Amino acid sequence: MMKGALLGSLPIQATQAAKSWDDLYLFLVGLSVVFFVLVVGGMLWFGWKYRNRPGHKSEYVTGHFRLEIIWTAIPTILLLGIFAWGWVVYKDMVSAPGDAITIRVLGKQWLWNFQYDDGRVTTNELFVPANKPVRLLMTSEDVLHSFFVPNFRVKQDVVPGMYTQIWFEAKVAGRHQIFCAEYCGAAHSDMLGSLYALEEHDWQMFKRGHAIDTSKFGKSDSLRAKSDATAPSQPVSLVEQGRKITQLKGCVACHSEDGSKRIGPSYKGLFGSQVEFADGSKTTADENYIRASIETPLAKIVKGYPSTMPTYKGLMSEAEINAVVEYIKSIK
Amino acid sequence: MTSSPSTSNYLNATKGVWSWLSTLDHKRIGIMYLFSVLAFFLVGGIFAMMIRYELMAPGQQIMTADQYNRAFTYHGAIMVFMVVIPMIPAAIGNFVLPMMVGAKDVAFPRLNLASYYVFMAGAALAVTSLFINQVDTGWTFYAPYSIRTSSSATWVLFGAFVMGFSSIFTALNFIATIHKLRAPGLTFGRLPLFLWATYATAVIQLLATPVLALTLSLLILERTLGIGFFDPKLGGDPVLFQHFFWFYSHPAVYIMILPAMGIISEVIPVFSQKPVFGYKAIALATFGIALVSFIVWGHHMFVSGQSEFANFVFSLLTMFVAVPTGVKVFSWIGTMYKGALKFNAPMLYAFAFIFVFTIGGLTGVFLATLAIDVHLTDTYFVVAHFHYVMVGGTLFGFLAGLHYWFPKFFGRMYSETAAKIGCAMVFMGFNITFFPQFILGSQGMPRRYFNYLPEFTNLNRLSSYGAFLIGLGFVFTAIYLLRAIYKGPKAPDNPWNALTLEWQSTSPPPVENFTKDPVVTEGFYEYRMH
Repeated sequence: MMKGALLGSLPIQATQAAKSWDDLYLFLVGLSVVFFVLVVGGMLWFGWKYRNRPGHKSEYVTGHFRLEIIWTAIPTILLLGIFAWGWVVYKDMVSAPGDAITIRVLGKQWLWNFQYDDGRVTTNELFVPANKPVRLLMTSEDVLHSFFVPNFRVKQDVVPGMYTQIWFEAKVAGRHQIFCAEYCGAAHSDMLGSLYALEEHDWQMFKRGHAIDTSKFGKSDSLRAKSDATAPSQPVSLVEQGRKITQLKGCVACHSEDGSKRIGPSYKGLFGSQVEFADGSKTTADENYIRASIETPLAKIVKGYPSTMPTYKGLMSEAEINAVVEYIKSIK
Repeated sequence: MTSSPSTSNYLNATKGVWSWLSTLDHKRIGIMYLFSVLAFFLVGGIFAMMIRYELMAPGQQIMTADQYNRAFTYHGAIMVFMVVIPMIPAAIGNFVLPMMVGAKDVAFPRLNLASYYVFMAGAALAVTSLFINQVDTGWTFYAPYSIRTSSSATWVLFGAFVMGFSSIFTALNFIATIHKLRAPGLTFGRLPLFLWATYATAVIQLLATPVLALTLSLLILERTLGIGFFDPKLGGDPVLFQHFFWFYSHPAVYIMILPAMGIISEVIPVFSQKPVFGYKAIALATFGIALVSFIVWGHHMFVSGQSEFANFVFSLLTMFVAVPTGVKVFSWIGTMYKGALKFNAPMLYAFAFIFVFTIGGLTGVFLATLAIDVHLTDTYFVVAHFHYVMVGGTLFGFLAGLHYWFPKFFGRMYSETAAKIGCAMVFMGFNITFFPQFILGSQGMPRRYFNYLPEFTNLNRLSSYGAFLIGLGFVFTAIYLLRAIYKGPKAPDNPWNALTLEWQSTSPPPVENFTKDPVVTEGFYEYRMH
């Protein structure tokens, strides 16, 4: 029963590595409970049995050599066993099979870009085939990040100036949460992503350059959401599409829609307003201004904000930019 | 047990603020450290409360992401460098160590006072940054973020650099005092276990702190002069920074925990009225831990990009930390066997220590296990683990020691009833705060997250309620202890029937500690004759 409850509290087992991980984890939990009961139970028992009371005296005991050898030796043997088990599972986690396909991961404050063999780049959405080994070759464009998929039990720091890698073979098709696990600045906790493990048909579609409708994989940013194709696909308004894109592309990490100040200016009331730049010049925020801010963000910096936004040129289709412009216009 | 006649003691021998600020008396320096460290503890604690309030729900509650990142940076930096590291050696150790060896003072009293002022200067530098441009790097200062951020990291780095010297001065003083000023008959084989622990800690401080000073200097040079050590843009290596940083900061963990273990090793025999079980094993284990502490730093870096071979070696070596640690815990339980246990506040805190430290130690084995660490590192599991060791371990050890030596420090008794209530609040609050974080971490919630997924809300809220209970517990503890200093009943010289030398003097002790030079004829745990 306890085992079931513990497994239930963990993220789903979406890889073989996750299963091996859970087995070792449960073993360690069990062993810890035994030692905890031994130590704390012993302490409480002695605390009661030998409590100071009239007529009770302590006895003169200074040690017990054989007992001390035993409680040194047994933990040593157990710990070496745990180490060996941990190494074996780890070795499998880091040794990618030779036939794994490679996808490149670029971390930057505060989004993930994924670069495929055919030259395509997706942002915050990683598409991989299910039931095939995939190797991620990762680096960072600025500071440290860490690529973490709880459902796969894999994590690896993404380091500027060098490549690091991980691999996995997703047994469960559908959406899997990606976190950035290494502190990387203001919007670290919003540097989220979605890993879509696609069934063969969808993967072939993706490889041929088709867009994948991800709405069928359930709500975004959750560990629980699994593959369920029940969501009906109905036309979504341009404004709604735009809102979703700003979430997917990481825009919302820096730009709020409620007027609160984050790294960059809020969308609220932006359209049609007078914008003042760091060099003192001014302009009216029209459609072309929004477009330019997406594609060449560093050309003009709004007064009072840092010049940190990365360019999205080539990372968003014209249709996506249109949707985002409509969305920003809608936030009055 | 006779009450001392109210004659001259170290508290009333000279009067006025200047007599304290210029004192060379190790006891007064210890008390000044005590109050300074507790003041910083209050500041660090306020940041903790703000953090937990913010995390009551996903998204923004009372502060922005930027402010949150600053809050956890200051919480960590203040608690590590200004509270947990100096808490036991500099405050309690300064007072107790010379008395335990039967000396009039430490070997170098002027250096001792200097160490206090150097510490305060470093702390002032670090705190100054709060008012200029706050730091948002996390207490670990990982490069290259710490080099590129516009915040005033240099102030805090320089502050930690300066405080390191105070650590070195104190360590030097303690080693010299233990070697040179022991009372006649006090052989190393009879040294109280608290002194073995302080000695081992001093050795670590002396050897590891210079590496921290070096690392922080390199970071300052890189930030100010643009010399490329760690930022790949300048040709540096960010993983190298982590090696340098943890080469100090891992042994620092033992700088924090060993003295607490030393206190527990004193309190348990006294309140069991029985010799300590396995004296030699505990002393050896202390040095075993100190030694191993220098060769396990890489276990902080299993997913950092260091080689798989390095991971293999560091995981294997780390397992050996658990062995001497286990020996100590088993020996403490063995000490209680056939004792006559009294449950005054120090003993209650020792029980609380063993409870939480066992959880902290066992979860350490999880993190030492390579495969397991991959999923758990940088999640709340790690946050829970090190709070179980640092707060549950060091802080509970400190509270055990503070209550144990309180009568000696101030010549007054605290209220046992109040102490029991306070201990219960802190203990329960602590477990409610941090146990849920193990579950959050195993579910994959990363640490240092301002915003989190909605499914993590309930456990975060529970954790916050626990934190508020700890906060209340500490306020309550502060009130009854402060009250006891002024209004508590006069303390007997040796209220616990302890055998170590400081209890053979008056409470509070005279200026030069003993009216008659002590002579030691047997070990300090020989409860057979008493």
